[in-house]
Amino acid sequence: MIGFTHYLILSTILFGIGMYGVLSKRNAVAVLMSVEIMLNAVNINFVAISRFINSEPGVGQLFAIFVIVVAAAEVAVGLALIITIYKQKKSVNLDDFDLLKW
Amino acid sequence: MSLNDAVFFLLAVITAGSALGVITSRNIVYSALLLVVTFLGVAGLYFQMNAGFIGLVQILIYGGAISVLIIFAIMLVMDVEPHRTNPPSPRLPRRLGGIYLSILLVITMGAAIWFTHWPLAVGTTGADEMAVLADLMLGKYVVAFEIAAVLLLVAIVGAIILAKGADDK
Repeated sequence: MIGFTHYLILSTILFGIGMYGVLSKRNAVAVLMSVEIMLNAVNINFVAISRFINSEPGVGQLFAIFVIVVAAAEVAVGLALIITIYKQKKSVNLDDFDLLKW
Repeated sequence: MSLNDAVFFLLAVITAGSALGVITSRNIVYSALLLVVTFLGVAGLYFQMNAGFIGLVQILIYGGAISVLIIFAIMLVMDVEPHRTNPPSPRLPRRLGGIYLSILLVITMGAAIWFTHWPLAVGTTGADEMAVLADLMLGKYVVAFEIAAVLLLVAIVGAIILAKGADDK
């Protein structure tokens, strides 16, 4: 019988996959995509808790909506940053983004 | 195994498999397309949890808007051959560290989740969930709702200024 723990474990696996992508990928767009996977994992947790745990109904789903709003804002600003840096450096490799390093 | 369980396992395999494909593919266009599959799989999980509104929001915002935005950005910044656009880090310690930390997280969190006794609700939640959501959004959490709106506006303005450049009129 599929229950609460299965959803949480699937969400943990997705979070781990996203974390590996953030730590090991060098393309800035790929890192943003991994961050999106991690945010999706968090959203699965929110919705599962709202569905299975006896609490105020709907609050988990509401927080999932707020997470989606912040993720949309994050991806818009992040991609604008990447395009701006690409115009200056002609690269999307994170190892080349060392303007703030001294 | 009931039909519900079979659907869950199917969605779980699709979602986790395509997420793995996102981070293992060496062509970033394939990564972006697999990311759309991941988003749709997560939307299916929401539908299975009786969260239809969130599922639709997921399809519209993630499957539609965010994936199109990501693919646009990829097309704007792709300058080498497609199969070399998304390589893993050339440094082996960094990759091994990433694998180690991720597996450690999954094992410890998975064990903690599995052995915890959760205070599960007995019944299902109410049927008219969108009315509940709207009530919360414009009632108790109206300040957070307005701040989210302002955040989106600021993000749009900031993205335009960043991508266009503030000084070239």
